[in-house]
Amino acid sequence: MTVQHTLRADALRLTYDRHEVVKGLSLDIPPGKLTMIVGPNACGKSTLLRGLARLLTPASGAVLLDGASIHSRPTREVATTLGILPQTPVAPDGITVTDLVGRGRYPHQGWFRRWSDEDERAVAEALEATDVAELADRSVDELSGGQRQRVWIAMALAQGTDLLLLDEPTTYLDITHQVEVLDLLTDLNTSAGTTVVVVLHDLNLACRYADHLVAMRDGRIVAEGPPAEVVTEQVVSDVFGLRCTLVDDPVSGTPLIVPMGRHHSAK
Amino acid sequence: MSTDLQVTGSVRRARRARQRRTLAVCAGLLAAALAAFLLSLATGDKSIPLPDLLATLGGGGSRGDEFIVLELRLPRAVTAVGVGAAFGLAGAIFQSLLRNPLASPDVIGISAGASAAAVISIVLLGLSGPAVSLTALAGALTAAVLIYALAWRRGVTGYRLVLIGVGVASALTSTVSYVMTRSETMVAQQAFVWLAGSLNGRSWDQARPLLLALALLIPLTALAARALPALQLGDDTARGLGARTEPSRVALLLCAVALAGVATAAAGPVGFVAFVSAPIARGLLRRQDAALLPAALTGAVVVLLSDYIGQHLLGPHQIPVGVVTSVVGAPYLLWLLATANRVGRGG
Repeated sequence: MTVQHTLRADALRLTYDRHEVVKGLSLDIPPGKLTMIVGPNACGKSTLLRGLARLLTPASGAVLLDGASIHSRPTREVATTLGILPQTPVAPDGITVTDLVGRGRYPHQGWFRRWSDEDERAVAEALEATDVAELADRSVDELSGGQRQRVWIAMALAQGTDLLLLDEPTTYLDITHQVEVLDLLTDLNTSAGTTVVVVLHDLNLACRYADHLVAMRDGRIVAEGPPAEVVTEQVVSDVFGLRCTLVDDPVSGTPLIVPMGRHHSAK
Repeated sequence: MSTDLQVTGSVRRARRARQRRTLAVCAGLLAAALAAFLLSLATGDKSIPLPDLLATLGGGGSRGDEFIVLELRLPRAVTAVGVGAAFGLAGAIFQSLLRNPLASPDVIGISAGASAAAVISIVLLGLSGPAVSLTALAGALTAAVLIYALAWRRGVTGYRLVLIGVGVASALTSTVSYVMTRSETMVAQQAFVWLAGSLNGRSWDQARPLLLALALLIPLTALAARALPALQLGDDTARGLGARTEPSRVALLLCAVALAGVATAAAGPVGFVAFVSAPIARGLLRRQDAALLPAALTGAVVVLLSDYIGQHLLGPHQIPVGVVTSVVGAPYLLWLLATANRVGRGG
């Protein structure tokens, strides 16, 4: 088991061009757990994640990593503890899988210590864990969406952090690959004890995979806790403005949201 | 566990193969540069055989050879190496940092800034010599600041910067044309040679400041370039990896602008060297790295060879080196524009 780091938002306010997106929100990320943040479009969930990863400077409040303001610590040092995979990372043209994954080692390398056996091992383990070792010499441009996403996750794994934040890692993937990515994150969480925080679009998958669910609307947290305790028809209605009925997921026993539109309703 | 070891092994092998390739390419380029360098020292109105040339460089040649080699040809060849390396390096930084093959200082208006400043100083202010070089350097820096400021919108993206750079370049080019039409023929002739990018008659007066500047700028660039592999992945990813994106980018761009600036100050805007060097180097490496060192070496080879061709192989008159490099560079630009649009990678 790794040392468990703590990540906390304390009365956090985040703004874009003076437009307030995250509105004074406090959140404790449970260490060693898989946390998923859900909410409607523009509820501030991605912004919150970027704030937690110190990509945004708070307008007020703070993000605390191990009890100290994340902005007070050297950013390189933070990068050895906390990794983030943004929603739309950019791969340079023609870069190979190994080269891209190797760039995850950036925070571990200094002016003079450029590449070590430990770096090599970390890259190999990341390739293995994400099942892309056979693609190692391929160019990232040539890969399918699912493969490419696994490669990016491999890069984040190579960074070797105890905390890993991912912004909608399943966007643009078909359902098979979505499940594959979420299984992979679960493996990572259970085998290495990594604290994983994911912003996810799909409420049902979030209910199935999350240990801890955070539901946001309009820059605030509406409900949080284990999905089975948190998700009710009322909460779904409050968060998404959607009428629904809940059933037990026949596979996992977690809540399964069955939406009702104008044309369909429960008998 | 054994598969883990296998994968580690293959990761190591891939890295070693890459390193070997880089080493081989750099060694090859270095050898080519050295050959072209010696060739340009040996060739001219008086040909000097290699043994005599080496003796002269070692300090044991005849008085006549010494003057021809050390005072006439050496400064010109050294300037060619310095100018080529500086342009190659500057182009590689711009292109990889802005993730756009069009984003080289000679396309996006940095060189045009130097040219406009130089022509104004020659034609309107009547300056010559080092004063023109200094104004050219100032012009490059001013154009860079202007382009960066116009392109800045909560950070700078490659595509925006290229478009604004091309716009600034055409505004500056028309400024140059306007000033040229207002000038006397003799002065215009002088300005024109400068504009073409020429190494004719380069003495130690031009070579020395260039070498001094490079001795400062190349180590600074090497320091700043550490963040480049992270910066190429986009700002959010780079910051997540612990890079300080904005300071690193500004430092790198400043180094690149200064490199392009001092090179332009020494030889005028030698067209397309910055633009083609990194792509050639990447072709040789067979991979798409920033390839800073190979690009610098490629730049040196390109300028040395182009100057040799312009000086000795194209008839009785010396053709400015910039004309030769443009003959190579312009078709590549067209090819790039045509194919980039086809695969939808114009940005």
